[in-house]
Amino acid sequence: MNGEIQLQVSGLVKRFGEETVLNGIDFCVRKGEVVVVLGPSGCGKSTLLRCMNGLESPDAGSIFLDGEAISAGGKNIAQLRQKIGMVFQSYDLFPNKNIIDNITLAPVKVQKRSKKEAEEQAEKLLKRVGLWEKRKAYPRELSGGQKQRVAIIRALCMNPEVMLFDEVTAALDPEMVREVLDVMIELANQGMTMVIVTHEMQFARAIADRVIFLDGGSIVEDSKPDEFFTNPKTKRAKDFLQTFAYEKRRTNIN
Amino acid sequence: MQDSGIKVLFMGKNFLRLLEGLWVTLRISLIAVIISIPLGILFGMFMTLKNPISRAVSRVYLEFIRIMPQLVLLFIAYFGVTRTFGLNLSAEVSAVIVFVLWGTAEMGDLVRGALISIPKHQYDSAAALGMNRIQTFWYVVIPQTMRRLIPLTINLTTRMIKTTSLVVLIGMTEVLKVGKQIIDANRFEYPTAALWIYGVIFLLYFLACWPISMLAKKLEKRWR
Ligand SMILES: Nc1ncnc2c1ncn2[C@@H]1O[C@H](COP(=O)(O)OP(=O)(O)OP(=O)(O)O)[C@@H](O)[C@H]1O
Ligand SMILES: [Mg+2]
Repeated sequence: MNGEIQLQVSGLVKRFGEETVLNGIDFCVRKGEVVVVLGPSGCGKSTLLRCMNGLESPDAGSIFLDGEAISAGGKNIAQLRQKIGMVFQSYDLFPNKNIIDNITLAPVKVQKRSKKEAEEQAEKLLKRVGLWEKRKAYPRELSGGQKQRVAIIRALCMNPEVMLFDEVTAALDPEMVREVLDVMIELANQGMTMVIVTHEMQFARAIADRVIFLDGGSIVEDSKPDEFFTNPKTKRAKDFLQTFAYEKRRTNIN
Repeated sequence: MQDSGIKVLFMGKNFLRLLEGLWVTLRISLIAVIISIPLGILFGMFMTLKNPISRAVSRVYLEFIRIMPQLVLLFIAYFGVTRTFGLNLSAEVSAVIVFVLWGTAEMGDLVRGALISIPKHQYDSAAALGMNRIQTFWYVVIPQTMRRLIPLTINLTTRMIKTTSLVVLIGMTEVLKVGKQIIDANRFEYPTAALWIYGVIFLLYFLACWPISMLAKKLEKRWR
């Protein structure tokens, strides 16, 4: 992967009160690259992603998208956010709007696109994930997996350059995880630049161009997925991977 | 004739006078509600600010209005303020002011409740879609609070209509007062008139509040 640099994070520090959650994070994401961020619970993965689209303001350091600085209070933040799609763990569709209106709200109101054109794109995207029939349904009528696919499409309909995914399958029933991950894999194959936080290790290994392992507020490893999963350099990464192996054995026994 | 109290209703302009009395009540409540809604929305937003001073101020205001019986507030507004500051407030203006103060406090509390009931991730996902604060409020938060707020606001309106009967005590001639006047005028000739008049007033109140309550119920169901 040697495209141009699209996202650059440098010297990022984020504190919540006394607690320093991110303590100097440096990395960059190239165009079309898929970066998976791994790390134990509470290590700051969500915080990192939230800083990357200005939902949290860093205490130090900076983040650039196409060379433009992202800062939470900045004037152009809403403009920049249109280029960064984000999907959260909780499938947070707008409950009072049907699926098509959920998807087209921001394209129409924020990007000032015509309703007709936005709806055409939304329907095309819905067809691709097999949810076209649900376009007039309300979020409460959808399963978790369906809602999460709609949330992904809602972000995609803004035609973003980068997509951030924060544990989008963590709240789903196991049988629904696959349908959501498949959408993400298709997206990666189309060349979308993506930063993904996940606890699905097999998926991470399959989709990642690069794995970043976060622990204790810093990047402990930044390597190719095969290298990270078969031969982690640090003990902390080994221990982290070990917990998953252990969990796996346990679930198999039960 | 002991049992023809109902006649009193149709004597002269009695029924019309009762309706006029009801209109006084309705007018005060409706004016108060119409002013209270925008003020209450602003007050509700003010109450959700994290600033400790704004919190304390709004808390004190809300508690004060709630603890004070409306009657006392009416007396303060009509007799107290008028006399003390030499302002010549009519009874109706005093009543509207008091009910606006009350309505704003109650409406504000409803709005605050509705606002904090919107999960934080709704704000986050709106922001992540590139909406600014105003767009987030207008397109995402307000429509979701409306579903909750409209039925509650309607209930507040009916409560207000019922409570406005207190204005009789600052000398306004509303429906109950008219009723009493009619009854007093016919005390000897038609001793059973009281039952009829109060019965009709009961009906009038019912007719004024019932459609509003039904509307609230319907909206509540529709928007569940
Ligand atoms: N708004 C906040 N206020 C205070 N502390 C916070 C806030 N958000 C996160 N934290 C703290 O920051 C730390 C990192 O949180 P974060 O959610 O980024 O972790 P994470 O790696 O995403 O964890 P998980 O895998 O459980 O999702 C945690 O200790 C958390 O308690
Ligand atoms: Mg997280």
